[in-house]
This record gives sequence, structure tokens and C-alpha cells, in this order.
Amino acid sequence: MIDRFASGFDPFVIPFLIGMVFVLGYCIVGAIRLVFQLDHADRKRFLVSLITPKTIWKNIKDIFLNCLIHVKLWKRNKLLGYMHSSIAFGWFMLIVLGHIECFVYMPHRVKLFYYPIFFNYFVAENEYTLRGAIFFFLMDFFLLMVLSGIVLAIIKRVRSRLFGMRRTTRPSLLDRIGLYSLWLIFPLRLLAESFTAHISGGSFLTIPMNMLFKAFLGDHMNMLPTWWAYSIALCVFMCVLPFTRYMHIPTEMLLIPFRNAGLTIKHARKGFAKAQVYSCPGCGVCIDACPMSVKKANIKDTTVYLNRNIRRGNEKRIEEISDKCLLCGKCTAVCQVGVDGPQMRIAQRSIRNYGLDQDYTGFDISAMKASVSAEPSPGRVLYFAGCMTALTPAISQAMESVFRKAGVDYAFMDKDGGLCCGRPVLMAGRFEQARELIRKNKEIIQASGASTLVLSCPICYKVFREHYKLEGIRVVHHTEYMLELVKAGKLVLEKGEGSMVYHDPCELGRGCGVYEQPRELLRQAGELVEAAQNREMSICCGGSLGSLTLGFDKREDITRNALNNLVSGDPATIVTACPLCKGTFARYADRPVEDIAETVNRHTK
Amino acid sequence: MDFGFSISPSSTINLDKVDFTLYDRLCEIEPDAKKCMACGSCSATCTAGPWTGMSVRKVILGIQRGKESEAEKMLKGCMLCGKCTMVCPRGINTRHLILSLCRIYGEGER
Ligand code: SF4
Ligand code: SF4
Ligand code: SF4
Ligand code: SF4
Ligand code: SF4
Repeated sequence: MIDRFASGFDPFVIPFLIGMVFVLGYCIVGAIRLVFQLDHADRKRFLVSLITPKTIWKNIKDIFLNCLIHVKLWKRNKLLGYMHSSIAFGWFMLIVLGHIECFVYMPHRVKLFYYPIFFNYFVAENEYTLRGAIFFFLMDFFLLMVLSGIVLAIIKRVRSRLFGMRRTTRPSLLDRIGLYSLWLIFPLRLLAESFTAHISGGSFLTIPMNMLFKAFLGDHMNMLPTWWAYSIALCVFMCVLPFTRYMHIPTEMLLIPFRNAGLTIKHARKGFAKAQVYSCPGCGVCIDACPMSVKKANIKDTTVYLNRNIRRGNEKRIEEISDKCLLCGKCTAVCQVGVDGPQMRIAQRSIRNYGLDQDYTGFDISAMKASVSAEPSPGRVLYFAGCMTALTPAISQAMESVFRKAGVDYAFMDKDGGLCCGRPVLMAGRFEQARELIRKNKEIIQASGASTLVLSCPICYKVFREHYKLEGIRVVHHTEYMLELVKAGKLVLEKGEGSMVYHDPCELGRGCGVYEQPRELLRQAGELVEAAQNREMSICCGGSLGSLTLGFDKREDITRNALNNLVSGDPATIVTACPLCKGTFARYADRPVEDIAETVNRHTK
Repeated sequence: MDFGFSISPSSTINLDKVDFTLYDRLCEIEPDAKKCMACGSCSATCTAGPWTGMSVRKVILGIQRGKESEAEKMLKGCMLCGKCTMVCPRGINTRHLILSLCRIYGEGER
């Protein structure tokens, strides 16, 4: 291969260069700013993770699988997955191969930024080499791949249902400019490369093009304008990119290492939170997934709109959206970039100013401490029912009965009322106050001499697991605990009549990853049928304490929708493992709703 | 309609010394506050009740009657557990009412 031009330059590369320098500069400055917005400890953690072999490898793997192959989208819908990975991976390969080509044939040009992109314009082939043929074949192959993705993208604009999506967001004007320039880049590239297919080599795509469209492609007067157009399309795309949803492409490459470093959201708008906001491409998958969206009025309160309004700095909307959410976590479960909707919202709630702050320091817990205190003993169990269970006493009664049947030495911590676990306060973004409740509860628990703390409320369970550091005391949810009793032979379950469906409470399933234990228990007690959407995809009952502003009258549709999902297999009973879900479902269910503790209690002697 | 005569305006003297600023502001952002029928369900279920005598019913009443410092003491003990909201027969989102109150307390001075 030889240079067609001794200078190795043509003015049409200038638009591309401008775009490239701009977007690279913008992203580098942005990335540095984000890293500096992290607090000191997080920044150190992040930088250390960048030189730790394990996380380096994980970063590379995750970026490859998520940003290029889009594995999560494949799982959602094959067409959607193919569309994204063909464009992302295909384009990536075109860039990589372009550089390899340049290295192999024109090593003296490698330092020219634009050379690999416009390789076919600048070189002419002087002898037919096998290596060249393979390169040209691969280049055409990946170009075809990208083009097929673009065709799908155009179809998707018109008929999104084909791609498994009911509702999606409307792109802004700049988004559309970005989108159309992206669509144009690749057809223009095909056209431009076809001009030179007979002099600098081509393959199965470009050579036939060159022959088929002889009238246009044969006229070399058209050649430079086409290369100009290609370069300008690239320039437009790169120049608008920072101000469109496509900013998600570079941001996600930073978000993944952030997450792998184990960062959490510390500031509502900066650092990790900001990376999440800008990583959201506005795909709208979270709209269909959100339980609130059964009501049209709530569609604009889903996570994608939170991200959008944070980008735009619309404080009023940010507050409304943050306060309405049930914090059920389903949007996070479906989100391909992993935007943590609940944590993002709690962070927004935490920066609010209150004229009056809660203060629990004056609460005298000595009586409660005395009522549970005992000598430490390895078999002793402390049962904490929590506020919600106090509203559904059937559950705590069933638990006590189970304890007695299994001969467990237990104490009931909040039989006559107690303190809240602190999770609702935490959900309201009042971290300081939550810490005080945690400190007080911890003191009581540590005085009890128990080695195991059993909780029948998943809301409590989550906060106990994540925020109470109870040295030497095991924290278990009652589903896990009862299964342990059964496995140890202390509790014998008898199979009964009638089928049951199990509802995965958000806080237990998505929140704590407990899916199997309740099912194992129920299978021993009777026939277990599954809901249409279950486990990670389970639908929130609508009763969640997460929402601050949704009144109970506004939750009926959400609950009914969740119920319809549960009864798809026509079970005789609905079983859940959360007092709040039980209470909420029982309001509208057409069949009995019970807690798993009651089920287990009914099926044991 | 003009009959050519009318009733003379009321000469009742309003001796109420209550400053309604806080209550009016509350009703502005939580119109549901007016719906409370003082049934006491919220007081009966309140987690904070045994600790501080907290009761949403008494808070609403207190603010209506100008007993703001008493209300303040009660509000400070609320653990936001949401039980009161679940039992309120009038469907008042009491938990949010509490948060709103905490937000507007001392708004005038700020
Ligand atoms: S938050 Fe996630 S699921 Fe929702 S639009 Fe953004 S990327 Fe898509
Ligand atoms: S956490 Fe649940 S309710 Fe909130 S936006 Fe996500 S899916 Fe919707
Ligand atoms: S869940 Fe509600 S109820 Fe259970 S303890 Fe936690 S706060 Fe109290
Ligand atoms: S439960 Fe509702 S209606 Fe009854 S006193 Fe409390 S706030 Fe008022
Ligand atoms: S939210 Fe506050 S007022 Fe309501 S029951 Fe709980 S502690 Fe009592």
C-alpha cells in the first residue's frame, strides 16, 4: 500500500479533528472534575481500585460486556440487544481495525490522529495482499453490522413495541440532532469508501457499491464532497454529544470503575450521583418497569425523569419526583447502566432543610433494656417484630408459636412497643436521626445476651443488616430462620391442601437478595405456584414506606396491578414475608393473604 | 338582591389570641389537615406515643389552638414509621404532614 498524497492531509479532516478534540477535552475535564468531587476516602478508594489487578480486570470485563455488547439489553429483548451491540461493538471494531491497518501498512502515519478514520482516502493499494483482503473484508463486515443496527434504530423510532418497549421518552432537539448525525455517519462512510474501492481496496460491500452506482461513484467530482459530508457528520455528532443523551457513552465508562471501586452516593448531585445521572441514556426501560406507572399521572416521576431533571437543574420537579417514589428498586433491577433510583432519591431527600429536627436522645430505654436482659447464651434468640408487625399482630403471634413449638429460648424485644428500626427515617433522608435510633436499639439488643436476632419485617431486616454493626450477633429474617429450624429437625412441616403463590417483598428480594428460603419453606407446606413476574422482577405492593407523598388513596391501582400479577397462576392463598405487604394486599385481595410465619405455623404441630 | 334594607354587621368581638400563621401555612401545603376528625386512631398506634406522648391528632389540634411549643415537643419524637398514615380513616398522609410541619416550623424567623 502506498500513500496517495505525500502530505497525508486534506482539509476535509478538519471538522472531524475539531469534533474529536472538543469531545475528548470535554470528557477528560469532566472525568477529572467528577473524581475530584468524590470525598477524600472515596477518591482514594477509586484510585487504588484503578491499580488493583482484580478491579482492573473487572473494569475491562464490565466495560466490554456492558458498553459494547450490552448483555443486559440482550436479556431484555434480542432485537434491542442486537441493535445496541451492533452499533457500539461494530463501531468500536471499525476504530480498532482502522488503527491496526494503519500500524501495519502506514506506521509512519500513526501519529496522525485522523489517519485511521479516513484511511481509505489516503492510501492506494499497489499490490494485492492477502492481509489487505482480510482487513478490507473485516472493515466491510463491521460496517455492515453497524448499518444493520442503524436500520433497526430507525425502525425502533417508529415502532418501539417491536423492541419490547411500551413507553419511552421523547428526545430533545439536541438529542435529535445527535441521533440524525449518528444515523448519517455510517451510510456516508459506506459511500465515501466506495469511491476508492477500486483503487485502495474494498470488499463485499464497497466493491459492489462501486460497480452498482457507477453514475455517482464513478465521477470523482463527487468524491471529496462525500468525504467532507462524512467528516462533518462525525463533527456534528461529537460536538453535540456532551449536551445530549449520548453523553451516557463516555460517562458509563467512568461509572463502571466507580461502582467496582465500591463507592456509594455521598452527595446528592456530585461525584458518583452525577456519574449515574449522566450515564442514563433515557432508554425509558424503567418507565414500564415502575409500579407507579400504572397510573398515567406518575409516569413522569420515574427514574429517567429524575435524571433528566437533575441534568436540567429543575429543583421543584426533583423534589416531587424524589418524594413520590416507593423506593422499590425495580428500576435499578432493569436498568442496564445500573442507575440506583432509590439511593439517588434518598440522597435528594437528605439535602432538604427542616426548621425542626427530630431528636431521640431523650428517650429512656433503661426499662426496655431490663425487660430483655439476660446472661449471654449461644442458643438465645431475640425477636424484634418492628412497627409494621405491630399493626399485624397475627404475625408476631405466629412467630411466638413457632418459637415455642421448636423449643427456642427467645425474648420478644418490642412486645409492648419499642423503637423504630430507623429505616423509615433513613428513607426520609434524615441520616443523623437514624443513627440515633440505631444506637439506642443496638444498646438494647446487646443487653439481651442473644446470639441471634430474628426479624419478621424485611424493612427492618435491611437496615439491621446494613447499618447495625452487631458484633457477635447474627441477624436473620424469619424466612431464613424458620428454614434453619426445619433443616435442624426442630420444626416439622406437613404438606397441606391448596396452592400458594409467594410474593417477593421488595426489601427482602431486591433489597437483601433473599429469594430461595421462603420458597423452600413453602414447597414443604404445600403446592407453590409462581407469579407472572417474580424474584428480581417482583412488583411492589404499593404500600411501601418509601414514598413520602403518595397517600394511601392514590395507591389502589398500584396494589391491584401487583395483585393481578400474583394471581396469574390462580393460587388459593397469597403468601408474603412482610407485614406491610400483607396489610396492603389484604385491602383489595379476593383471596386470603398471609405472612409466611402464619403459613408455617398452620402447617406444623 | 336589594330589599332596601340589610342586617347590621355582626358586632361580635373576636377575642381569639391565636396566631394562625403556622396552621394556615400547613393547610396551604397539606389541605388534608382540615380533614382530621380527631378520631385518635393515629394516637393509639403511634410508635413514639409511649416515649413522648406523640399523637398526630394532638399536634393538629395544638397548632390550631396555638399550642405550638407542645406540638413541637411531640413532633421531635416522631420516628416517621408511618403507622399513623396506615390507620387514618380519613386517608390523611400524616407522615408527610409531619414532615411538612417540620419543614415550615420557624419559617417566619428564617
Ligand atoms: S434510569 Fe436506567 S432504565 Fe431508566 S432510562 Fe435511564 S438507563 Fe434506562
Ligand atoms: S424505586 Fe420503584 S417506585 Fe421508585 S422509580 Fe424505581 S421502580 Fe418506580
Ligand atoms: S419496618 Fe417499619 S416497621 Fe419494621 S421496624 Fe422498621 S420501621 Fe419499624
Ligand atoms: S387518625 Fe387521622 S382522622 Fe383520626 S385523629 Fe389521626 S389524623 Fe385525625
Ligand atoms: S409516623 Fe410518627 S406519629 Fe406516625 S405513628 Fe409513627 S411515630 Fe407516630
